[in-house]
Amino acid sequence: MSAPELEWRSVRKQLGGRAVLDGLDLALEAGRSLVIIGGSGQGKSVTLKLALGFMRPDTGTVLFRGQPLPGLFRRRQAALYRQSGVLFQGSALFDSLKVWEVVAFRLLHAEGRPRRQARDAAIEALSQVQLGPDVADLYPAELSGGMQKRVGLARAIIGRPRILFFDEPTTGLDPLTAAAINQLITDQVRRLGCSALTITHDLVSARTIADDIALLDGGRIAWRGDRTQLDTADDTRVRAMVEASRAPR
Amino acid sequence: MLLQAALAPFSITGRLVIGVCAIVGALALFVGRALFACVTPRWHGGQIVRQAFSIGFLSLPVVGLTAVFTGAALALNIYTGGGRFNAEQIVPQIVALGITRELAPVLVALMLSGRVATTIAAEIGAMRATEQIDAMRTLSTEPFRFLVAPRVLAGVATLPLLTGVADVVGIAGGWAVSTWSLGFSSEAYTRSTVAFLEAWDVQSGLIKAAVFGFIVTAMGAFHGYRASGGARGVGHAATQAMVWSGVLIFATDYLMTSGFTEA
Ligand SMILES: Nc1ncnc2c1ncn2[C@@H]1O[C@H](COP(=O)(O)OP(=O)(O)O)[C@@H](O)[C@H]1O
Ligand SMILES: [Mg+2]
Repeated sequence: MSAPELEWRSVRKQLGGRAVLDGLDLALEAGRSLVIIGGSGQGKSVTLKLALGFMRPDTGTVLFRGQPLPGLFRRRQAALYRQSGVLFQGSALFDSLKVWEVVAFRLLHAEGRPRRQARDAAIEALSQVQLGPDVADLYPAELSGGMQKRVGLARAIIGRPRILFFDEPTTGLDPLTAAAINQLITDQVRRLGCSALTITHDLVSARTIADDIALLDGGRIAWRGDRTQLDTADDTRVRAMVEASRAPR
Repeated sequence: MLLQAALAPFSITGRLVIGVCAIVGALALFVGRALFACVTPRWHGGQIVRQAFSIGFLSLPVVGLTAVFTGAALALNIYTGGGRFNAEQIVPQIVALGITRELAPVLVALMLSGRVATTIAAEIGAMRATEQIDAMRTLSTEPFRFLVAPRVLAGVATLPLLTGVADVVGIAGGWAVSTWSLGFSSEAYTRSTVAFLEAWDVQSGLIKAAVFGFIVTAMGAFHGYRASGGARGVGHAATQAMVWSGVLIFATDYLMTSGFTEA
């Protein structure tokens, strides 16, 4: 069997005097969509940040296709960046640039493509997330939250990534917009045939996006299964989350 | 309890020393990374041009106004001071010397620590707070190359130019007030200035300006990069950037001046 796309091996990370991750073992297999669920403060964001090189583990390693991150002179991390796309929780669009320049940022500034060509690619990526060419020359601040998420997704998919990361993709969106974003994510992951790692506390989102679901609790993976097993799991923590997501508000 | 109280001064001093070392270390590391990004490829030319425009060109009005009034006030003061030992005619020489060697570079840099260091700190701080810097890294673009280096390069390149403008405008301010109200003849004033000024007077001021350009932009970027805690953190970063670039401008000005005058 080939190495997983990403693997967290016995990762420990202490923050604010507390072991947030305490021996985390987790793997993202090629071509799978893995969703990490868990209550807030359980370390979902930290797990993601360790893979993206924004934090380093105290002990243990994160591996990209079998080789440890960040690697000598951060080469391995750079290789991961080249082959991945990230949708940030707050979209993180560059507010001084026009929408098309935000979407085409990688092509313009990392790959040095000509502006004409980059703009055409951006408009194509925008159409993939069902935004018309009319938004291309607006600034991010002129868009609604849902549209900003779409632009963020367009920016993530423009380089034909092999791995997509989604950080709380539906947090702060209304249920209809959230459903549309979930659908777009599913469609794009399938279209690109890439692997996906999503962190969320939204079980509706998890059920739509996931092939596999892992519950992060107490600094490690407390349960893991495919999405059909979520409702039949006998782990009490999974049951509690499922119950809570069903409870009338 | 008693022991704890007795040891308190040591623990406070210790914490202070550690804190200062930590920030000096962080600053040294930041400056090292910024310099490395400035002198090695790849350069984001479009960003450098953009920053040169906003740091350099858009500062021209502020720099011009500062210089003209400073030159004028300086002429009046020297006239009064010179009058105490019948040396009023020294005005053009001292104005030229004071402006080129000291006042133009320092005042331009101080104005830019208000106009530019704060802006840089706020921009980069806000980008940090909204994960835009993280996003940039995942898009295979190094923020030190895309955000920090263009600002620093633009600062180092444009501050000497702005200082050159301030030299001319400041001397013109002194000339204007001297010919209008102090009874100098325009021709004599100009002749004294040109005959007196040495190339090094101007050059040393321009060298200072390049160093100040580095300080202003690097301090803005440094504090912006360290900003944390949302809007409050961004405001704090802007204030810190202005205060510390001001302090560093005065300190390095003294050091450079003492170096230059010994030479
Ligand atoms: N940079 C940091 N400094 C200190 N504590 C942090 C930092 N980032 C996260 N934490 C703490 O780590 C814990 C897990 O955070 P996080 O991964 O954001 O949780 P979540 O599962 O909600 O995404 C929280 O208790 C948080 O306070
Ligand atoms: Mg989180």
